[in-house]
Amino acid sequence: MVPLYWYLWLGGVVFAIGVFGFLARRNIIIMFLSIELMLNGVNISLVALSHYMQDLRGQILVFFIIAVAAAEAAIGLAIIIAMFRNRDTLHADEMAEMKG
Amino acid sequence: MVEWFFGYLAGAVILLAILVVASRNPVHSVLWMLLMFLHVAGLYLLLNAEFLAATQVIVYAGAILVLFLFVVMLLNLREEIKIRRFTGGWLFKGLTALGIIYVLRRGLEGFRVGFEGPWSIEAVGRATHTRALGQVLFTEYILPFEIASLLLLVAIVGAVFLSKKRLR
Repeated sequence: MVPLYWYLWLGGVVFAIGVFGFLARRNIIIMFLSIELMLNGVNISLVALSHYMQDLRGQILVFFIIAVAAAEAAIGLAIIIAMFRNRDTLHADEMAEMKG
Repeated sequence: MVEWFFGYLAGAVILLAILVVASRNPVHSVLWMLLMFLHVAGLYLLLNAEFLAATQVIVYAGAILVLFLFVVMLLNLREEIKIRRFTGGWLFKGLTALGIIYVLRRGLEGFRVGFEGPWSIEAVGRATHTRALGQVLFTEYILPFEIASLLLLVAIVGAVFLSKKRLR
């Protein structure tokens, strides 16, 4: 039997890698992928807790997170395409128009 | 045996996550991500959540990542590959990530699993997993379910509106 802590650690490490990627990379697509990494880290923790607490609510939450991630990916990629059409770049630092 | 399987899956997930963040070409990142999602689905199978494993493969690997791949290939990335990958001061950002791990470690020290719910492995096995999940989803969580459907509708309309050409 694998202890619960191992799963929680794994979720935390994946989340931290996602945070690092979001902060350190400037390519917008990779920043988006990092957000998906963070969501997956949380999902692993939720499913593990749901299994070890013998309650299905965690898995329901994962279900909703997957739905929200799909919506977020659709909107975000549409925004990326619109930005690329206007600016011709994917570099996040180039998109500082609203900065004063 | 289960521990070895978990060890393989966990190691692969962490390694692939690092590769996603570190690789230079976004196409490679997306493909590593695909492999990582499949391994996460394996972890769900290990946790007796076979419906979620199927959902993970179908929705994440099948739909979201194909969308990502489409967009990456739609855009012209030749110049993007040549510029520097990481922003300056990535040491600070790495420390931020390590700080999150540290906070998690301190938080997990006092954590104990409290009461146990009604859905033990035997109960889920008797009802089958999909049916058990559906029972909880469509009784207790029916309002969030409807809200999620509305959210997906808004996302469809928003994506179509954002990516269409401006009509003048």
